[in-house]
Amino acid sequence: MRFVDEYRDAAPARRLIDAIRRRASRPHAVMEVCGGQTHTLIRFGIDELLQDALELIHGPGCPVCVTPLEKIDRALAIASRPGVIFTSYGDMLRVPGSSGDLLHAKAAGADVRFVYSPTDAVDLAERHPDREIVFFAVGFETTAPANAMAAWLAHRKGLRNFSLLVSHVRVPPAIRVILDDPDARVEGFIAPGHVCSVMGYREYEDLAAEYGVPFVVAGFEPLDLLHGLEMLVGMLEAGETGTRNQYVRTVRRDGNPQARRIMDEVFEVADMAWRGIGPIPESGLRLRGPYAAYDAETRFEVAGLTTTEPAVCIAGEVLQGRKKPHDCPAFGSACTPEHPLGAPMVSSEGACAAYHAFRRVRGAADAV
Amino acid sequence: MCLGIPGKVVEVTPSELGIVTGKVDFGGVVKDVNLSYTPEVAVGEYVVVHVGFSISTLDEQGAAEVFRYLEELGDVAELRDPPGGSG
Repeated sequence: MRFVDEYRDAAPARRLIDAIRRRASRPHAVMEVCGGQTHTLIRFGIDELLQDALELIHGPGCPVCVTPLEKIDRALAIASRPGVIFTSYGDMLRVPGSSGDLLHAKAAGADVRFVYSPTDAVDLAERHPDREIVFFAVGFETTAPANAMAAWLAHRKGLRNFSLLVSHVRVPPAIRVILDDPDARVEGFIAPGHVCSVMGYREYEDLAAEYGVPFVVAGFEPLDLLHGLEMLVGMLEAGETGTRNQYVRTVRRDGNPQARRIMDEVFEVADMAWRGIGPIPESGLRLRGPYAAYDAETRFEVAGLTTTEPAVCIAGEVLQGRKKPHDCPAFGSACTPEHPLGAPMVSSEGACAAYHAFRRVRGAADAV
Repeated sequence: MCLGIPGKVVEVTPSELGIVTGKVDFGGVVKDVNLSYTPEVAVGEYVVVHVGFSISTLDEQGAAEVFRYLEELGDVAELRDPPGGSG
């Protein structure tokens, strides 16, 4: 497939690995923020190939993983109402709430349906005027324009039986939390390429200037990440801060203006609690103005339903890069992708699921 | 979750409410895609698609520049470490 296969070529990958090793005068601690990038790094073994030059710390960029427990519980409460068709991206169906997940609710009789795109949920609302269609709008800035379009279309079409359970998160405030941590070890960041396709990278230029750290916007294929890491190591060795763009084929400095326009029309910035991390100011989105009428939490009166997170796993520390998945005593034993205790074991982009799928266990490298 | 798949636009259809839809070919699998966020895209060009929406057009020149750099990186490495040298 074009724009995929050529980014998995071994020869330039070897050259980049050599260049990174040559350039790094000492091991640098760098964070890839996005879970999709974590998945590529672990799947292709890039972290192990570079372990003498870089420590790769995995960031919180997995929206499935950071959706707060009480949003899942509200989803379960809404999905169980008679007359509701609850729609969601597939990733969210297996995230554990306080009692079961959305697939359990489906097995118990709730009408829960997986959708490929948010417009599929709008189509369902048109086809079933006698039912209430609820869409679970999760995601980072990459997904916000698509989810915003669902609310925009429902409003234009006058669909009164459509609403959104919104759990949207923004990347820059989470990076701020990581950099404000007094124990912060991260020296530089790989910024999330598809978030920046929508938003551009001026927000990262501001963070770089404020905190004096370098950022490189990178793509998702092995060569993208190796090239991005090579650029980042070069900046670290030169003492350079600022933001550079590896993913030039996709990302422009101002992002996608059409997508941002609809996103800004439908959503406004709001405070948000992250699962495992806690509340982060201005790190979420909520429906604004006329679109607030499409808020499922208000429509189904579940906003008062609050839940306390049980301390069953170390997901919060994994999501902030303080611990690796295999530091958790439950990893691979009590907690597996089939029976996850925490959300990072559910999504294929969660660090725990990636470590589990590619058999990263503590001490395995020494045993080989 | 932020997965974006590159594909080739094979059909562009303006539709109601200013929405642009179309078909995108992902290595032989053709899917309906909402192209409203890249309304300028033409048949034959590539877009990155996320949850049924194009979020960006692919810049072929930008892609070529990166590969030129990767080639140069090889040349520099060979100057430093000639083939057959002890490294």
